[in-house]
Amino acid sequence: MTEEIIIAGFGGQGVLSMGKILAYSGVMENKEVSWMPSYGPEMRGGTANVTVIISDERISSPIISSYDTAIILNQQSMDKFEKSVKPGGILIYDPNGITRHPERKDINIYTIEATDEASKMGLTKVFNMIILGGFLKLKPIVHAEYIRKGLEKSLPKRHHNMIPENEKAIDRGKEIIEARQLLN
Amino acid sequence: MANITKEEIRKPENLVYKKTDLLTDKALSYCPGCGHGTTHRIIMEVLEEMDIQDKTIGIAPVGCSVLAYDFMNIDMQQAAHGRAPALATAIKRLMPEKFVFTYQGDGDLAAIGTAETIHACNRGENIVIIFINNGIYGMTGGQMAPTTLPGMKSSTSPYGRDTHLMGNPLKMTELVAQLPGTIYVTRQSVHTPSNVRKTKKAIRKAFENQKLNKGVSFVEVVSNCNSGWKMTPVQSNKWMEENMFPFYPLGDIKVNTD
Amino acid sequence: MKGNEAFAEAAIRAGADGYFGYPITPQSEVMEYLMAEKPHERTGMVVLQAESEVAAINMVYGGAACGKRVLTSSSSPGISLKQEGISYIAGAELPCLILNVVRGGPGLGTIQPSQSDYFQSTKGGGHGDYRMIVLAPSSVQEMADFAGLGFELAFKYRNPVMVLSDGAIGQMMEKVELEEQRPRFTEEEIIKNTPWATTGKTKNRERNIITSLNLDSAKQEQHNIDLQKKYKLIQEKETRFELINCEDAEYLIVAYGTSARLSQKAVDLLRNQGIKAGLLRPITLFPFPTEAISKLADRVKGILTVEMSAGQMVEDVKLAVGCRVKVEHFGRMGGIIPSPTEVVEAMHKKIIGG
Repeated sequence: MTEEIIIAGFGGQGVLSMGKILAYSGVMENKEVSWMPSYGPEMRGGTANVTVIISDERISSPIISSYDTAIILNQQSMDKFEKSVKPGGILIYDPNGITRHPERKDINIYTIEATDEASKMGLTKVFNMIILGGFLKLKPIVHAEYIRKGLEKSLPKRHHNMIPENEKAIDRGKEIIEARQLLN
Repeated sequence: MANITKEEIRKPENLVYKKTDLLTDKALSYCPGCGHGTTHRIIMEVLEEMDIQDKTIGIAPVGCSVLAYDFMNIDMQQAAHGRAPALATAIKRLMPEKFVFTYQGDGDLAAIGTAETIHACNRGENIVIIFINNGIYGMTGGQMAPTTLPGMKSSTSPYGRDTHLMGNPLKMTELVAQLPGTIYVTRQSVHTPSNVRKTKKAIRKAFENQKLNKGVSFVEVVSNCNSGWKMTPVQSNKWMEENMFPFYPLGDIKVNTD
Repeated sequence: MKGNEAFAEAAIRAGADGYFGYPITPQSEVMEYLMAEKPHERTGMVVLQAESEVAAINMVYGGAACGKRVLTSSSSPGISLKQEGISYIAGAELPCLILNVVRGGPGLGTIQPSQSDYFQSTKGGGHGDYRMIVLAPSSVQEMADFAGLGFELAFKYRNPVMVLSDGAIGQMMEKVELEEQRPRFTEEEIIKNTPWATTGKTKNRERNIITSLNLDSAKQEQHNIDLQKKYKLIQEKETRFELINCEDAEYLIVAYGTSARLSQKAVDLLRNQGIKAGLLRPITLFPFPTEAISKLADRVKGILTVEMSAGQMVEDVKLAVGCRVKVEHFGRMGGIIPSPTEVVEAMHKKIIGG
């Protein structure tokens, strides 16, 4: 099993930390992982993206140009990465703020209204965990117990009281992800 | 005393002066009349009197005193031009129980090494900086230094330093005295026996200060460069008194060792 | 762990005595990590943010001259500033560790990953005839491993060692296994291991002088001859490389660092197409695996070097190969990382079909 994922959105949406939690969870489950971020000025408000690879085998290149799954959280990233999903792969996006929806016919497309849901839950900070939950529903590549360990590992100790809320958000994400277009 | 023989002179009871063992027997490479030799000697005498030669690491600069380690019989490092305070910083931090000093000229300390000097002083590194200021680049053949006086001639200011064109002399010692990391800042000279005594006292105080662990002790020695100034040693000392001392007045600038 | 953090942690565990640095992207995590770890409390290690890269490398000189295990890290523009100090360190034969997390140049360039400092690292960089031992990690694990290995080689040969990484490996997170903490050397051990160090002249020995200056040309020539002998010995003893799928390879890729990772994927893709491709990954860039490449040149039909530069290492590959087979370079510059697919295309265009 090898899963190659890109997560892309605005800096501040928790793109990098979502990738980090996924990567740490993979490590906890004793899988091979790589977490390759875009870095630099993007970290300060522009677009941010991270490539996460989780595999049972040694990972050759941490830098890739096509992905099994793209998680897309803003329009710029949609424009940039829609074309990079492998045929038959998955594209997950939050329609909030998306003006041009994905058009490809050879991939599976899902939406997740995480922005709305996070504000409904009164927990805007766990927006990214709702998204992660949606992804894990479709691709349960890491078991729930290791997600918890990943959260413990990647969140600073002073934020460990937030773990139950993060887990709640992940569960909620699993419930609200919707198929928009599926291949037969 | 007219017929005293060499053998008699060498008798221990007739000994009136002995060169410290911390100076090697190598003949000094400095020009006759230069203040470097005297300053070398008094630093080494201070180390010997304090009995810290086995715990002292010196740093030689780039300039006339680049070969200071040929004459000082202690462990020494030779630094890139201007970087001696950076070396000293690391040495002292890695071996806080040692005594560490830099020996630098005006080009080294006040031009190319300005940043290293100011930051080591500002951080309050627990080191001694000995600064020989003769207002000229001696080793490279008498070019203008950051401390060259207004109107003073050098090979790169052959008509005298025009401050409008060439900028002003830098009073580095007054500058570092402003910084919180310096605890003792003084300016001395070695051109007369009484000045030598005062300078030796200042250098002793500077090394004693290292035991306080409170910051930089900075000793400027205003010196002559008879070759660079194109004078005899006697003329150069007179010129120094008349021209250098009014601009670089001798005495303690900061004593904050309590 | 991020590559930069793994390097920092491994340096603490390797018993480092001091780190001296100056912030620059994309390697600032090294000093940030060290400061956060309070190594002064953990092991007694000194960590100091210097006023410039110039000061930092000279602090390394001062510390190394005392026989201490000292290191610095920077990225390309900062490494250029350190060249003066590196030349002095090489001249004075001091052991130290220097990490370069390369970004694109020239000038201020970009903060994105690059491999355009190959010439600077392997051919000298500063003035004078000298060489650094250059280790090129291609994973976070190697970022950690090369901190310890770097110190070992530096002290074995009294020579500066550079870990030549890049922004991708510095910023990337992967699984990493770290060595156990080894104790820092005591003063007695330092005096025993590095009798040349300036630790204070005791009565039972001559004074120790650390300098790179010899005004007597004959002595300076002899010093250079001795240095060259040492570099030759390093070439004989310390050349390291990895061969991947080379047993039956007809087409060879030579790549290091990040380029080696994506070239490994390119080899897989080429093999899926039925093309017998292999990868030689130099682990030491100086000494360069000239002999290994030369041997493979007798067996393969063509060689592609992949570098994130205009083609620097390719010159060393050509020197190893001569005119026996075609050697071409493929690379991207300015912070762009080529994709494995691009490498596959380049292999077709420049070597197989070319």
